[in-house]
This record gives sequence, C-alpha cells and structure tokens, in this order.
Amino acid sequence: MQNKVYHRIEQITGNVIVVKADDVIAGELAQVDSAVGVSLAQVIRLENENVFLQVFAGGRGIGTDAKVKFLGRTMQIPFSENLLGRVFTGSGEPRDNGPEIKENMIEIGGPSVNPAKRIIPRNMVRTGIPMIDVFNTLVESQKLPIFSVAGEPYNELLAQIALQAEVDVIILGGMGLKHDDYLFFRDMLDESGALSRTVMFVHTASDPTVECLLVPDVSLAVAEKYAQEDKRVLVLLTDMTNFADSMKEVAITMEQIPSNRGYPGDLYSQLAARYEKAVDFEGSGSITLLAVTTMPGDDVTHPVPDNTGYITEGQFYLKNGRIEPFGSLSRLKQQVNDRTREDHRTIMDTMIQLYASYKETLEKQSMGFRMSDWDTKLLKYGEKFEESMMDITVNTPLEEALDNGWKILADCFEPAETGIASKYTDKFWPK
Amino acid sequence: MSENIGKIIGVNGNLLKVEFNQPVIQNEVAYACVGAGDLKLKAEVIRVRGNSAELQVFEDTVGLKVGDPVEFTGDLLSVELGPGLLTQVFDGLQNPLPRLAEECGFFLQRGKYLDPLPRDVKWSYTPKCSVGDVVIAGDTLGTIPEGMFDHCVMVPFNLRGKWTIESVKPAGDYTVEEVVAVLKDDKGNTRECQIMQKWPVKMPIKCYAERLRPTESMASGLRTIDTFFPVAKGGTFCVPGPFGAGKTVLQQIMSRHAEVDIVIVAACGERAGEVVETLREFPELTDPRTGKSLMERTLIICNTSSMPVAAREASVYTGVTLAEYYRQMGLDVLLLADSTSRWAQALREMSGRLEEIPGEEAFPAYLESVIASFYERGGVVKLNNGESGSVTIGGTVSPAGGNFEEPVTQATLKVVGAFHGLSRARSDARRYPAIDPLDSWSKYPSVVDLDKVAKARAILRDGSEVGQMMKVVGEEGTSIDDFVNFMKSEYIDATYLQQNAFNETDAANGVERQKYVFDRLLQLLGTKMSFKEKGDARSFFQQLTQTCRDWNNSEFQSDEFKKIEEQMTKALAEVSDYAE
Repeated sequence: MQNKVYHRIEQITGNVIVVKADDVIAGELAQVDSAVGVSLAQVIRLENENVFLQVFAGGRGIGTDAKVKFLGRTMQIPFSENLLGRVFTGSGEPRDNGPEIKENMIEIGGPSVNPAKRIIPRNMVRTGIPMIDVFNTLVESQKLPIFSVAGEPYNELLAQIALQAEVDVIILGGMGLKHDDYLFFRDMLDESGALSRTVMFVHTASDPTVECLLVPDVSLAVAEKYAQEDKRVLVLLTDMTNFADSMKEVAITMEQIPSNRGYPGDLYSQLAARYEKAVDFEGSGSITLLAVTTMPGDDVTHPVPDNTGYITEGQFYLKNGRIEPFGSLSRLKQQVNDRTREDHRTIMDTMIQLYASYKETLEKQSMGFRMSDWDTKLLKYGEKFEESMMDITVNTPLEEALDNGWKILADCFEPAETGIASKYTDKFWPK
Repeated sequence: MSENIGKIIGVNGNLLKVEFNQPVIQNEVAYACVGAGDLKLKAEVIRVRGNSAELQVFEDTVGLKVGDPVEFTGDLLSVELGPGLLTQVFDGLQNPLPRLAEECGFFLQRGKYLDPLPRDVKWSYTPKCSVGDVVIAGDTLGTIPEGMFDHCVMVPFNLRGKWTIESVKPAGDYTVEEVVAVLKDDKGNTRECQIMQKWPVKMPIKCYAERLRPTESMASGLRTIDTFFPVAKGGTFCVPGPFGAGKTVLQQIMSRHAEVDIVIVAACGERAGEVVETLREFPELTDPRTGKSLMERTLIICNTSSMPVAAREASVYTGVTLAEYYRQMGLDVLLLADSTSRWAQALREMSGRLEEIPGEEAFPAYLESVIASFYERGGVVKLNNGESGSVTIGGTVSPAGGNFEEPVTQATLKVVGAFHGLSRARSDARRYPAIDPLDSWSKYPSVVDLDKVAKARAILRDGSEVGQMMKVVGEEGTSIDDFVNFMKSEYIDATYLQQNAFNETDAANGVERQKYVFDRLLQLLGTKMSFKEKGDARSFFQQLTQTCRDWNNSEFQSDEFKKIEEQMTKALAEVSDYAE
C-alpha cells in the first residue's frame, strides 16, 4: 500500500505539529520532511481528523508545507547480536560511524510482566565496590537509583560499575549527557575492553528533547530481549532527572495541567513503567537497573527523587565522592547476604554501628569536648574506614573486602569492644 | 438484541472520545475494537457531553484510530462474586493473574480478559432454604465449603422487595453458572439465581439490617497498634509515611497476624516485588489460629505500578466489593490498600486528561469526597439473620516528600478512625515499627485500660521533651530526675514500641501477652528509682533493655519467660527507692 503524503501543517507548537489526516492509528510513526531535514515523528493524540505529532528532531525549521508521511507502524528498534559495541541515538540511529541495523525490529514500551510470574530475587551482582557489595548488596533484578547532585562523580561510578559488574550485557542509556561525558563513557569502556559487551543509547544535551524520552524505552526493550535470551543484563541510566524534565517540557507544550513544580501528574506512573522493567525471568536471564537521579538543590523531596524513592528498591546516596553509609539502602540485600559468607551480616552491621559512633564522636570533638580513650579509638577507626572501605574507585572482591573489614577492626579495637559474638571473633579476628 | 455501537472520534493517551447514537450509561463498560478487529480493549464511560462520551481505557491505546467501533455493554464495571475467590490473585479488573500467566507467559497481554471464577470447577452445594420460603436480597440460599469457610450462596443483592422461593436444586455438585433456585415476587416476576452473582464495584452492598459502631478491637499482633493506637473491627485506619519508613512491611505483618477471618490485600500501584513476597511466601506460612496455610484466608488484588493506570483506580473498589461480599456471610474481613496515594494519582491523571479545573496539587476537587466514600464502605453491620460481619479498611498513604500536609493525607485523616503516622526519624534510627508514638492517634478502644495507656504516653512525652532539651544543654546540664525519665521513655520505646519483625516470637504478640507485659512495664515505670550518677542509670537501663529484649523473644509463660521475668524483678529491686 502506498503511504499517503500530507503537505499541509495546521499548527506548530514547540515540538508538536498538527496535520489533518485520516486512517492514522494512535502511536503511529511518521516521517516529516522539511527544509531542515528528515525526522521521525510519533502520533500522540487524535482528535477527529486532526493528528498531533511529536517531532523527534524538534519543531524548529519545520515549514507549514513540510511533507508528512505515515509509516503504518509504531516505534521499533532493531535487535541483534550486532548491537553489542555500538552507540545509537534515542531513536535508534547509529551515533558511531557504523552501519545502520535494520534487522529483527522489535516494539518498544511493551507490556508489563505478569506479577504472578515474578520470583523472589536470589542472586547477588558483584560490583567490586565494598560500599555496595558489603553494605548494600546489589541483587539481580533490583532497581536502584543513585541519588546525587551535579558535580559529583556519578558517571564515573556508573562507568566503574559497568567495568567491574559480573553481568553478561550492559546497556547504557544516556539522557541529556554532556558531550564530554558521552566521550568519557565511550573511551573508558573501549580502553577496558568492556565495550564489546555494551550497547549504548545516548542522547546528549544538545540533541532534540523528544529523543531523550525514548532512551529508557529503547534501552529497556533491548535489555528485555537479551534477558529472554538467557543473559544477565545490567541497565545503567543517567540521568533520570533529565528524562523527567523532558517529560515536563513536552507536557507543558501540550498544555497539560501540571501537578507538582511543573511536572505532569503521571510522573510516578511514567517512572514506574520504566523502573518496573527490572525483572528476573524464571529459567532465563534478568534485568538489573541502576539509574542516576540528580537531586536539584540536593533536595530529596524534589518530585523526581521523591517519586523515584517510592518506586525503587532502595537508593544509593553519592555525596562528596562517597556512597553514604546512612540513607543508602538496598532493600533486597537480606535476600542474598546470608548466603555469601557467614560473617557478612556481622561485618555489615558492626562496621556501620561503629561508624555511626565515630560520627557522634566527631560532633563531640567539634564542640570542644574532651576525648576519652574510646573516642580516640573511634577516631582512628573512622579514618581507616573512610580511607579503605569507602573508596569507590577500587575493585575488591567481597571476600577480600570482608577480610579487610576484620583487619580494620583488629587495628582499632579489642574483640569484646566491637560487640561481635565470640563465634565470629574466634574464627575471623586476625591473630 | 440490538447492539449499541459507537465510533471513536478522538484518542488522547488512555482517554477516548466516542460518538454514539443510542443511550449510554455513566460508568458503563465498553470495548474499543482495535482496527475493527478481534482485539478489544475494556473501557469505562466517565463523562458524557451531547452525543459524545469520554471513556477511560484500562489498557494502552496504541493502535486505535478515529472511526474504530466501540461496543457499549450496558453493564457497569462489575466483579463476579462466588466460591473460588479466596487464594486467588487478581488484577484491578478481576483478571486472574496465574491463569493469565499460564495462557500468555511472562507478559500481560493487552485485551486478554479471563473469567474471574473458573467455569468448569464443580462445587459441592447444600441448599439451606426450601420452596415457599420468603426471602430478601442477601439471604442465604445454600452453602458451599470453600477452604475453611462455609461460603454462602445468597439471594442476589440487587433484588428489591420480598421474593418467594419457587424451586430449589437438591444438594449436589454444580458449576458457578448453574441455577440453584428460582424466585418469584408478588407481581409474578421470576428470577433465576446462579451460584455466582455480579455486583458493580463502585456501589456499596447494602443488604444488612443496620450498621453498628465499631467497638471490638481487632488484634494485629503489633504492640504499638493494639495498645496505643488500636484498630477496631469495622474501623478504618491509615498509615502515611515517607518512602523507606516501612509502610509495606507493616501491612505485611498485619496481613499475617491480624485476628480476622479474611484478609484482602489490594496492592495498588506499588512495587511488583512486594506482592511477589506475599504471593510466594503465604502459601508456605501457616496461620497460627487455624493451622492452615495463610493463603487460604487471603485474596490478593494486584495492580502494580507498571500496570495500566485506569485499572489501578478500579482495583481498590474491586477489593472493597469483595470484602463486602464476605462480610455478607458474617465474616470479619480486613482490607489493606497499598497505596491509596497511587489510587489518588490515578484519579488525578484522568482528571487532567478530562481537562477539569484542578484543585490543590492538581488533584481533582472531588478527591476528598471520593476518599471519604471509599473509607465509609468499611464498618460493622448486623445482617438480616442477626449475625454480624465487618470490613476493616487500612490504607497506606505515600505523601510527596514525606510531608503530611498534602491533599491525600489530609483528606484521609478526616475520615479514618486511627492514624499510624510513620516517621523518617524513627526509621532512620532503625526503630521499627516506625509509628510515631506522639503524633499518631486512634479513636478506638485499646486492649489495655485507657488510663494506663495515658500514663505510658505521658512518660513518652516527657522523655521526648527531655531528649530535646539534652540536645541543647548536653547531658551535664540535665538533672538526674529528668535523665531517669528520659531513660524510662527510651526503655518503653526499645522494649515495647519496637518489635523485631524477623523474630518469630517477637513479630506478633497476642492480646493476653500484651496486657501482661504492659502491666509489668507500668509497674516498673511507676517505681521510684535512685541512682548516684547518670552513668549508673544508663548502665542499669541498658542492662534492663537487653534482658527485656530476651524476654520479648521468649515464648509467653514458658520457663524461660518466667526466669527472665524474675531476673528483671531482682534487678529492679536493687535500684528502687524504698525510703519514700
């Protein structure tokens, strides 16, 4: 069937154009051919014969005589082994200089997993970062945000995890990335050889807003396919706040009533639809999701981190270049950390409790109180803890990190002072 | 039968605009046919203007186009009521999820609707009425054993006036669709009664003699709740709290230990992972009261956050309707809705698409009345046969930013009888359950005497004031009496308010134990103690707290329990001040 071409644009507002056309289906893709080039567009609303289209490349430069051709299909993305090592834009165009891939097209934004088919998570994902592995273990099929603020090394942390995590495939979705950051990811993955198991979908800050909205969907659609092929997939998204801001931008242009600080009322559902793609397919692969959410003004009650916190299974706070031990939480760690090594939970609890005491001592010290013997011990402990356990640039296996924990404890305290049951100190306390 | 078919004239997200020629009904169910084909999407009429109706579709609308037909059914959004509901897992529209998984695999399939009650299962039916009996709506026609209950087959709730039984099927095995009785009214109309009946979810079932005041307390096993902020059978309560404060864990504990006949869990717009825990663990857990699997008294409505939003709105109504149905059999039902904020957000999304004038934070102006009428469906009722049944409703609220001054929390607080506010400070300090002992309240009677509770609360309040003061003046600037009061309040907190959900014994306490332990606690708090130094007081209470935790972990009235109690009495005698 020859697709009809429409010439007359009725309305242009922001990235949304309106044409009069019939036989158009909701969600259909169209090609918009204008003076500034060809772009894809998606139907977002139908009203009698009026068709509202969101133009991926933006509305700028589109003339009222631009040609609109409906493609008769919804948004799709190719899926094959050839994706590995490649970089694409949010709409699936190659961003590197490689060939276009057109085989095996799959739909994006597919249906939700049946809750009756889900299973209780049971496998740990080792990242080699002690603050994660020991204290807030990442679990397969978990969805966790990294709450941070601009200027913190969250992208470095993601790259570090991408290099070290024990998974089969890594999907990196970049939204509103600075071009430098994009190059940083590419070079770092390339140098370490991890690029060959990575697919990147990147939207940079200068790209059209609409493509930013597509990044999580395409990333997760591809991840879902890999997971069904028995692969353990780790999806890294950065930065979800940019995604939410793009949603806000589009909603406002569509004259939707904003709910909280200008964000659309369905912010929670939109975020949840993406995060809930994290899953462990029984008898097949899994999707684990780590997403950076920068908190504007370091405010966790801002709508984006707030809604995210209600959706995800815990959160990591990245502050001053460290993963904060307080506030950070992996809700699923209990499912796995009883099966790693018998002293895992003990080390986790004890070291955090002592670190909390250290913080109290610091406060006392800053107020000018006299330091007791115990305080001096805590101060020594705190420094050592921060120095060797809180470093996020290391690659230490869990067992080594636990041994390291015992070493720090033994350096600073007598066994009885730690409150650890003697059955563990007898076995693990360094002699 | 003349079919009422409309035509799509607009698609905006999950909102359809449909042109119609024959009459339509507000809240009527309709099916939108994608490309006039076999894929039909369920939708509900939510506004009518002139000859166009607006419908919210319970699914993704991709693929629909202008001109596609819409079939109106003439029925309101309804649920099927009958044996086979318990132990099931439904989505918000009462689709059975396990059977859906068998047919469609990992993913939910759009436009796939299965019968909520299996049509091929035969139930062993015993009639409880005879020809000539005069009955009214809600009267029992017969019973069917369903798990540990006798499931009553009742006269359809929508019948008006008195009906005479014309014929009755003998005892035997029947499917839910089979007619088991025929009724006739004085005008000569006849009505066939199937085992199963349907009821529109947004209408309360009102086949009872009268509504009573909820006075009997519903033990939940949680000391903070039962003693300080109790919930009555037929009462309503809400649990607001920021993320990570333990709302869902609290509800899970209640769903396990609450002393009711049936628990309905409506997981509404929350994480799928949490439902999975209930789903996978409940069949393995035994109900301590009946010795049977917990699943046998549980029904799960599961519309998690990634499932369609419109169905999320329906899911709480589906839950409460099923609860009312079991109440009609004289049972006590607990409905736990997690979370009502997600439900309110679903209302907001729809309201936004309808371009209604928004209220506070863009929630619709009718938010309060919708929330109020939902909680009002809870209650204790005296049924026509003199028995009583109850629906207790507990809803969690997820306020934005953990700030209770937001529309959903405020609207909920106006209509509930108990408020269990979770605090971030408590959960950060790992004091679980994180129910704030000073801000929370309840209007229902406690399992212990009121004046005793008042005493304990006074000590908690004093302790909190001293604690605030100590932050400023330090321990040095606090008098020893104040310091002891502070230690006492910390002691109540550590040994009575806090409960270890992971310890089998401590996780839930029966009423008897709560009464006994609370008496001992008060006795201790009433003792005048003298310490030379604050350090002595601290180490005494630390030691006592440790002992009392062991006490909490020991079986009630076991040898160990008695032994530890003795130890505590001795310790106390050493510091008590007999001089006065």
